[in-house]
Amino acid sequence: MSAVISCRNIWKLYGDEPETFLKTLPAAASFDDIRSQGYIAAVRDVSLDVAKGEMLVVMGLSGSGKSTLVRCMSRLIELTGGTVEVEGRVIGDLSERELIELRRRKMGMVFQSFGLLPHRTVLQNVAFPLEMRGQDRHERRQRALEVIQLVGLEGREDYFPRELSGGQQQRVGIARSLAIEPDIWFLDEPFSALDPLIRREMQDEFLRLQGMLGKTIVFITHDFDEALRLADRIAIMKDGAVEQIDTPDKIVLNPATDYVAKFIEDIDKARVVHAGVLAEPLNGSVPEGEPLAAGATIHDLARILVNDPREQVPVANAQGELVGVMDRQRALDVLLGDR
Amino acid sequence: MAVAALPARAAPVALEPKRVAQLLLLAAVLFAAARPVLPEFLVRLPEWAVLPWDIWLQWLFDFIKDDLGLIYLTRGISSGLEVLLDATANLLEGKRRWPGLGPIPWTAIAAAAAVLGYWLGGWKMAALAGGTFVWTAMVGQWKLAMQTMAVIVVAAPLAFFIGLGLGILAWKYRAFERAIQPILSVLQTLPFFTYLLPAVIFFKVGPTAGAVATIVYAIPPMILMTSLGLKKVSPEVVEAGKMSGCSRWQMLRHVYIPAARTEILVGVNQVIMLCLAMVVLTAFIGMPGLGAKLLALMNSFKLGRSFEIGVTIVLIAITLDRLSKAWVAKQPEHFEKGTPWWERHKFLLIGLGTFAVFTILAQFIQVFDQLTRKQNLSMGREMDGWIKWVLDIDAIQATTEWLRWFLNTQVLIPFRNSILWLPTPTVILAMAALGYWVGGKRSALLAAGFFAIVAATGWWDRSMITLYTVISAVFLAALIGIPLAIYASRSDRWSNRILLGCDTAQTFPSFIYLIPAIMLFGVNDVAVVFSILIFAMVPLTRYTVEGLRTVPSALIEAADMSGASRQQKLWKVQLPMALPTMAVGFNQAIMFAFFMVIIAAFIGTQDLGQELQKTLAGNELGKNFVLGICVSLMALAFDHIIMRWSNTKKQALGLD
Repeated sequence: MSAVISCRNIWKLYGDEPETFLKTLPAAASFDDIRSQGYIAAVRDVSLDVAKGEMLVVMGLSGSGKSTLVRCMSRLIELTGGTVEVEGRVIGDLSERELIELRRRKMGMVFQSFGLLPHRTVLQNVAFPLEMRGQDRHERRQRALEVIQLVGLEGREDYFPRELSGGQQQRVGIARSLAIEPDIWFLDEPFSALDPLIRREMQDEFLRLQGMLGKTIVFITHDFDEALRLADRIAIMKDGAVEQIDTPDKIVLNPATDYVAKFIEDIDKARVVHAGVLAEPLNGSVPEGEPLAAGATIHDLARILVNDPREQVPVANAQGELVGVMDRQRALDVLLGDR
Repeated sequence: MAVAALPARAAPVALEPKRVAQLLLLAAVLFAAARPVLPEFLVRLPEWAVLPWDIWLQWLFDFIKDDLGLIYLTRGISSGLEVLLDATANLLEGKRRWPGLGPIPWTAIAAAAAVLGYWLGGWKMAALAGGTFVWTAMVGQWKLAMQTMAVIVVAAPLAFFIGLGLGILAWKYRAFERAIQPILSVLQTLPFFTYLLPAVIFFKVGPTAGAVATIVYAIPPMILMTSLGLKKVSPEVVEAGKMSGCSRWQMLRHVYIPAARTEILVGVNQVIMLCLAMVVLTAFIGMPGLGAKLLALMNSFKLGRSFEIGVTIVLIAITLDRLSKAWVAKQPEHFEKGTPWWERHKFLLIGLGTFAVFTILAQFIQVFDQLTRKQNLSMGREMDGWIKWVLDIDAIQATTEWLRWFLNTQVLIPFRNSILWLPTPTVILAMAALGYWVGGKRSALLAAGFFAIVAATGWWDRSMITLYTVISAVFLAALIGIPLAIYASRSDRWSNRILLGCDTAQTFPSFIYLIPAIMLFGVNDVAVVFSILIFAMVPLTRYTVEGLRTVPSALIEAADMSGASRQQKLWKVQLPMALPTMAVGFNQAIMFAFFMVIIAAFIGTQDLGQELQKTLAGNELGKNFVLGICVSLMALAFDHIIMRWSNTKKQALGLD
């Protein structure tokens, strides 16, 4: 799998002449060191890759630099240092023309407060990116109606944003970002402004869309539950730096720092960890009996695990091939908590 | 860090700002006390030290005008403008010029206005818009009103586009914004006579000069509102535009400007209102229309007819204001699917339809086309008589007579004489003290510097008369307006009434305020002060009510629960919290007063305004400009001090 987005040592500093300051900065400088010099480090030496079709969730509290990071990836903000490559091209080197072209063909973005144009109807808002790239009226209407249907807003095409509820407005935002059929989809806290019930509904909706479309996604959130629910991989940020980047299972099982450990304290690990992750490779001997599904969470398997007499339980993937064996005691520890 | 290492040696020199202000004030008082023994050159700047600024400026203007050839450019612009003005004049009042179609029948315009009013704000607005035009025609002022409107419909759009363009530049280029900021401040305080004379000299007498002065006068708020609106566009909307792949032009055209719609339309409202205010005043340079007629009628003391024309101007002002405000508030609404096109554009079609019907009817029925002298229902002549009769009632005459006597001999003249008696350095030092007290060294230098420039121009005594008029009028306005506002703020109903009244009164062109003043007090200083007083009372009252009403309810409840009486609550909680907002009103009152005092030159004053009015007769551009700057600088000094105080206070109180 090749990386669609690849960040190498990216920095974003705010202050006077940040580039010069960055050059003189010692490698081990912390957030507070930098602040004491009168600079704010919004993004601090971040390197990460996003693979094709992967959903990377960037998680952090407000002020942790997650929104700045995603804006660095789309070059809404210019970097202070490092490079961002999108499909092999360094976006910092693109001319204004090329950058606009990239956004018109490849990228879509959804915003926390929707960012809808108040003077345009739903249809006109969704068709906006198509209009900007000069598609003709008929075609863009066709395409806009398609995505409006996709997000379940048919019948509301002629409404204005202020005539819609928050959830509906965000559907418009999502439809607009999908109108140009982008390969890369940025979502900046898309559901944070919504009520908890609507948020849940929109997450389901989002998973449904992603199941159909399979985009490369960078998703920003401050809600750890949301991150666990949606992510292929999670990057946890603090003070502009990435504390840990890994799959939800591994973050829950092996938090890299105290900061991450604090986050997962109250998480029900059994709902996050999958059997496949706990399985050790087979070394010759194959335990007997019915294998468990690798894709199931420990919570899903709780009943079976509690009653299962075997110490070692085989685990098989969706195709029925054995992928390893799971230590039952370990699974029960995850389920019931460490003693 | 190096500073911290040094022992505190720099400190002892620095005095507390309050102490410095006290010392400056003390110096000012000493100068005043020593006045009898002061050498003459310390009381007033001696003749020989006054440099001939007016002659130098005149030379500069002449150089720009003739040698650099600006006059050819402006004459070129004015011939272009003239074509536009002739065209609108033809359509509205039937001037014999291209396109030769007019005049449009009054019924057609009134009907179209009513439909527009209905679309924007329902039946009330329709009645207001239609009614205004019907009234205008009925009292026989149609032609005058259309002469005025012909200039507005040209000036307002031009001012809008120029203001919008400059506003965009100011928002885009920080350097440009910084460069025009002081110019805008000066423009907004410059007396209107200083707009008029250059307009006459560079752009021919008559409608063109009037239109130019009007346009220039209306531009500054449009610039400010545009750049404010563009700055306020939500960053997410901007980012959404960028991520949609907008080019720079597309960003501006499809994202920024539509998203700043509200502020831009508020700017449009201000442009229209300022255009109306100015166009009435261009009567002073011979612009025909409502203003000219009003000026002539007041000159010949025909109060009934002045009143009638005043009502027309006020009605037009309210109509323009309400319609444009309704447009600001009007949000787009969707149509159900499958609505036919004539349903979507219903109001446009009805408007065009009624317009056409009345235009056709007017071809056959003369009354629908024009109302002749005999057909109109003007009661002006009769009203002249009634007003004379009312004013001749003994009780009324005795009251106004006594007020006039009392204010003149007991208040105004003593105050004027004492302000004129003060030595120049006293005034300058007092301003410095005030400046230092609110804003430290910079403010002190600014306030004192501005007054020092006024002294240096040699127009000190005239300036002090202007200042005395302004101060006494604003003081009297505060005496009446603030208690009124405090009383009104106690109930929702009265607050709303007063606020509505003030908002409406604020839309009246300032010229209108002369009518009651002259009516009651005739032609003298008291009438001048009275006209400024009512004009300045409007913002003062308005902001006091607003300040008192917006005191957080938690504070009021806390005061109630602490067992505060009504009086205690007012003095200990409400007024201190409202003071910064009241200061804004006070500042506006002073700015309004500086504007009005110049107009009052018409009544006959002895201040800068009078001198300014005299310059209109000739072409002393240099002198005109020097006088204008004197007014502007005094106004700006007060503006700076008061706003500075208000902002610091607001921050300290955690408001804003």
